[in-house]
Amino acid sequence: MISVQDLVVRFGPVEAVRGVTFAVGEGQSFGIVGESGSGKSTVLRALAGLNDDWSGRMTIGGVALGPKRGRAFFRRVQMVFQDPYGSLHPRQTIDRALSEPLIVHGIGDADRRIRQALAEVALPSSVRFRFPHQLSGGQRQRVAIARALMCEPEVLLLDEPTSALDVSVQAEVLNLLADLQDRRKLTYVMVSHNLAVIAHLCPQLGVMQGGEMVEMLSASDLRAGRVSHPHTADLRRLSTELEEA
Amino acid sequence: MKVEIDNLTISFPSPQGMRAAVRGVSLTLGAEKLGIVGESGSGKSLTARALLRLLPGSAVVRADKLNFDGIDILKASERDMRAIRGRRAGLILQDPKYALNPIMTAGAQIAEAWQNQRKASRKEAMQAAIDLLAQVQIRDPKRVAESYPHELSGGMGQRVMIAMMLAPDPELLIADEPTSALDASVQAEILRLMEDLVSRRGMGLMLISHDLPLVSHFCDRVVVMYAGQVMEELQAGELVRAKHPYTRGLLECLPSLSHPQTRLPVMSRDPAWLA
Repeated sequence: MISVQDLVVRFGPVEAVRGVTFAVGEGQSFGIVGESGSGKSTVLRALAGLNDDWSGRMTIGGVALGPKRGRAFFRRVQMVFQDPYGSLHPRQTIDRALSEPLIVHGIGDADRRIRQALAEVALPSSVRFRFPHQLSGGQRQRVAIARALMCEPEVLLLDEPTSALDVSVQAEVLNLLADLQDRRKLTYVMVSHNLAVIAHLCPQLGVMQGGEMVEMLSASDLRAGRVSHPHTADLRRLSTELEEA
Repeated sequence: MKVEIDNLTISFPSPQGMRAAVRGVSLTLGAEKLGIVGESGSGKSLTARALLRLLPGSAVVRADKLNFDGIDILKASERDMRAIRGRRAGLILQDPKYALNPIMTAGAQIAEAWQNQRKASRKEAMQAAIDLLAQVQIRDPKRVAESYPHELSGGMGQRVMIAMMLAPDPELLIADEPTSALDASVQAEILRLMEDLVSRRGMGLMLISHDLPLVSHFCDRVVVMYAGQVMEELQAGELVRAKHPYTRGLLECLPSLSHPQTRLPVMSRDPAWLA
């Protein structure tokens, strides 16, 4: 479904991503972990068409991606960001936020679709005419997910989707993402600094450091400690040390 | 130094009348490491700020006892408070990017905090700042002292904050989510550093965080708060023996590397917890 080959992303003289290659099958989840500045979000943003200055080869569903993406691309690929408060317009109601993708893509039947979308992310219909600031953080992230799903994409790019949430809400959102993937056969690429969150949702993952993907492994290998790169081992140790406290 | 909080209530006016954000919290803290853990809105930060009287003007604070080393915070004058804030008790906030002055060098900010209560020359203060930077394990303290906050990484910035708070030799350090903005590897380093400095100087530490496993790793005791109330107080090593369903819920809903689950348990909140 998604293939990325030798992706290089530059910011002026700096190479933020230096030759990253991975592939994700249809209906699968691929996770990218790394510390801040490792380039993990940059990979995702390049896939989403938010960074122009990249080279290499990226395809989604067999279609090669160019520097500029058309409307058809965004119908197939949508992104969910870390901070739902920053990604929803503060002066627009939830109804407006959810209608916009429909208007942009010329999809009709807005009323039914919005009601269905809210139900799908388990939000009460009463939130429809509220503003983002009237919702809790978890509810806002559900709205952001609902919005990404409005035009029925095949691929969701998830950039730290639960990092700004309380742990109890994080569990609910992770369960929701798993359910949605099951129901809609979505393909996920998820970026997080939290190894346990990535391993929970993604059977395959890549570890990034300094703009390079230093290791690719399965979640079960990670859990069992079958890792080859020292950075993966470091991240794993930090994560398990606290669990065993 | 002893902090005593008894039956603390903090309320804010709302269109529906006064609403209590902290309800009947009691705790004590001596020269030890106390963790306060809770989710957003649990009142953990408000509790700590009430101790330094750093709440918004609209807040109404009531308590049977709110004492810092025998000083009644509710009755203390603003002058008395200034002698506590930043001198006898330091506050470290989440993000050094916002807590540091962007147009002063790190060294100048630490020197200012150090000079605050001492009669000393600027040169002595700068030397003290460089010493403090070395104490928070910065390899090149001279260079960092001359840097501006935007030239420092997050972990470095937080070390500068800690150095600044340690400058007046406080008796209590309040750290409000000190590592939430940092990478896991830096997080562990900063907490280990704080733990070490606090133990070595015989200070009290109040560590506020949403991260229960992390806090229990670095503190002696942990207070778990929910919706403005204390649910449970635990010895840090006894986390696995936590009894309260809220504490258990917080631990169980965490995805784990060593114990995979196909579906994460979701917390059901019992109104009886707040009885």
